[in-house]
Amino acid sequence: MKLNYRVVIFAAAAIFGIVLSMPSLLQMEKGSKITLGLDLQGGLHMLLGVDTDEAIRSKIKSLASAIKYAVEDEDLIIDGFKVKNGNVEFELLDKDDMPKMDAILEKMEGIAVEKDGMKYMVSLTPAEKESIKKYAITQAVDTIRNRLDQFGLAEPTVAKQGKEKILVEVPGIKTPEQEQRIRELIAKAAHLQLMAIDEERAANVDNMTPAEAAKYGDVILQGAQDGRKYLVKEIPILDGSMLTDARVAFDQSNQPVINFSLNSQGAQIFGDFTGKNVGKRLAVVLDNKVYSAPVIRERIGGGSGQISGGFSVKEAHDVAIALRSGALLAPVFMEEKRSVGPSLGADSIKASMIALITGFIAVVIFMVFYYGIAGIVADIALIVNLFLILAIMALFGATLTLPGMAGIVLTVGMAVDANVIINERIRELLHQGKSITKAIEQGYANAFSAILDANITTLIAAVVLYAYGTGPIKGFAITMSIGILASMLTAILGTHGIWQMLESKISKERVGIWFGIKPEGVADAK
Amino acid sequence: MELFKYKKPIPLMAKSKLFFTISVVAVLASYILIFTKGFNLGIDFAGGTVVQVKYEGKAPIEKVREAIRSSKIFEGASVNFFGSDDEIVIKVRSSSKKLGTDIGDEARELLKSTGKFEVRRVDMVGPKVGSELREKGLTALLLAIAGILIYVSFRFEWRFAIASVIALVHDISIAMGAIVLFNIEVNLDILAALLTILGYSLNDTIIVFDRIREGLVSVKSSKLADVIDESVTRTLARTTLTSLTTFFVVLTLFLMGGEIIHGFSFTLLVGIIVGTYSSIFIASPLLMAMKFNVEGYRKKLAEKKRKEEEKARLRAMYEQGTV
Repeated sequence: MKLNYRVVIFAAAAIFGIVLSMPSLLQMEKGSKITLGLDLQGGLHMLLGVDTDEAIRSKIKSLASAIKYAVEDEDLIIDGFKVKNGNVEFELLDKDDMPKMDAILEKMEGIAVEKDGMKYMVSLTPAEKESIKKYAITQAVDTIRNRLDQFGLAEPTVAKQGKEKILVEVPGIKTPEQEQRIRELIAKAAHLQLMAIDEERAANVDNMTPAEAAKYGDVILQGAQDGRKYLVKEIPILDGSMLTDARVAFDQSNQPVINFSLNSQGAQIFGDFTGKNVGKRLAVVLDNKVYSAPVIRERIGGGSGQISGGFSVKEAHDVAIALRSGALLAPVFMEEKRSVGPSLGADSIKASMIALITGFIAVVIFMVFYYGIAGIVADIALIVNLFLILAIMALFGATLTLPGMAGIVLTVGMAVDANVIINERIRELLHQGKSITKAIEQGYANAFSAILDANITTLIAAVVLYAYGTGPIKGFAITMSIGILASMLTAILGTHGIWQMLESKISKERVGIWFGIKPEGVADAK
Repeated sequence: MELFKYKKPIPLMAKSKLFFTISVVAVLASYILIFTKGFNLGIDFAGGTVVQVKYEGKAPIEKVREAIRSSKIFEGASVNFFGSDDEIVIKVRSSSKKLGTDIGDEARELLKSTGKFEVRRVDMVGPKVGSELREKGLTALLLAIAGILIYVSFRFEWRFAIASVIALVHDISIAMGAIVLFNIEVNLDILAALLTILGYSLNDTIIVFDRIREGLVSVKSSKLADVIDESVTRTLARTTLTSLTTFFVVLTLFLMGGEIIHGFSFTLLVGIIVGTYSSIFIASPLLMAMKFNVEGYRKKLAEKKRKEEEKARLRAMYEQGTV
């Protein structure tokens, strides 16, 4: 027996395959392993959409508060200040203030200003709208990622998919309740606003319609706990974008509360407002619900505040996470969701393993039965092929899904194909009376073009599947592609090398054992 | 062991009309089924929600139906056993955009009184995603066929490419007919199965064509029918054996792989049978029908060879410095 380069490569591939697939098979701590797909290990897969129009609406609102703040800062007098049809409208009362007003607007970016006498109409430019939409999506991706990272589950994935969708994958969820909590955490707008109560009209709030409130530039909000109605100025004093931190704490009666701190700009605005409005009430509003509305007793400097209002500890924890990781500029909604419980995943693994093992054993036995030692050689190649699939997947950290398992099972059936083709060719040549060496060499040469063409066409289908498939289907395309490529190495090169090592030992009288054919006509042919 | 010992070519081409008739009938029947009964589109393509619930012990299916009857979200929902009698699936065409409390949570709440259970799977596909997936799926199928057409034309000859693609369309059509006939729910996995059939059945056809390509040079007769008969007969063992091994493996997947890949493995089973049949009995006769010319092909080959030899001769002369 002589070593040849084919056998050496094959042996190296076998060792590579076995060594690299061990961490995955034995669930070892070290080494790169195959990741199980969400359908096998259980978990939550979601495709989220982003309501970008809402981001534009809220941008206009904050534009309105910026204008109002600047106007008050410069002591300009305006009238009829309102947000209407996506525009900020107001009228300047003193003509001499116009240069000052224009200077204020000049400094703001991405706006278009229309003037009609002293009436101003400020809107966002189309380019600005586009960039707000884009930003809303990237911001949502970052925010959701932040929230999930802080929630403390292993390896969540958050990524932009396509132009305006967000893919969220969270493995390792144990119960539906936990899953719901995560979904709620993601969905939280976490939009914190500090708003002034309209003290002039607040007493009347119960008899007021939203339309009436809007006339005075007010909105009616509900209390989070008591469900009472509050009349607040529509344009907030400041919002969560100026927040730097939010932590869960406990108040005197041991109820969970959330302490937040503002950045210097926020602290300034907050200080100014509280200084000017002593004796009036300030509403702490989270996601359009009033959590508390304490009376301002004195100017509050330092820029910190508290949200209290009957949270459970869990809720307070999640709200603090959401506040820290920032508000969602635009609400997200669900386009697609797939959630698999851990027990179903385990069942799927079990079922497909049984199918894989049974199918594998059936093929192995059939090959030996039909081809004799040639069948054993093909089986060795098949086993190495399986290890190689696992090893390559582990090396690239690929994900194994349920259709991926099916892909491996299918590969078992198809990988021996190359050896069936080759063995049939060798038999044919032996029947024609060729010598063992010649039959083997020519058999491989003749079979090669067919195997290559057949594999490439299957690969074409697999690549298309990969490009157009989603999650689990991609997994099928991956295992099938790797299986096909690995079979070229094991079933063609590997078995060829083994035959080259063995061919000197084969006598024509014993082709029955070696190739599973009767020796008559083989030995004595010309 | 040898099941298919080659003695002499089986005269298959003489019977090609019979096979064509069988296939035309089968394909027509498939399309009639597809257009009258129609596909049972699953949520991946039609949108909707599936909730899979496993009970401790036998699932109280009537109680479940009763429990969700009053709910608006579950209007028109179907409740069926899934694989075993302790497991059920609730399917409904609606989907919810809300992240906070979704249809799965709703189901959990409604079923509270029906016994001890575990919600094992909630799949929800919104209408927009559904139509996107449908579009993508169709594109994938067409692209794969186009890719294969190009490759086969490049490696063989255009008539081979057309014949193999017709055989493919034949296989896919009949597989789809079977899907409709057995009311298999069409989801993404079925699409994957159809694409696999595409690759697999082509695989078979290519092996036969490869032999014909070889036979065009080596078989003595210049009648196409003889070349095809000999080539098909010589590859019969391989075609049948590989199909058998793959068939057994997929059969184990079908029988033991669990309910969730039932549709997938069923589609593959049909595909393997039809694919094997078509590569033996349909693809090659199509070459005949398209009047593939053996003499012409041989002449072209000879011409090509002559040109190459001429080139080699010139090069040799050039290298020797005689030109």
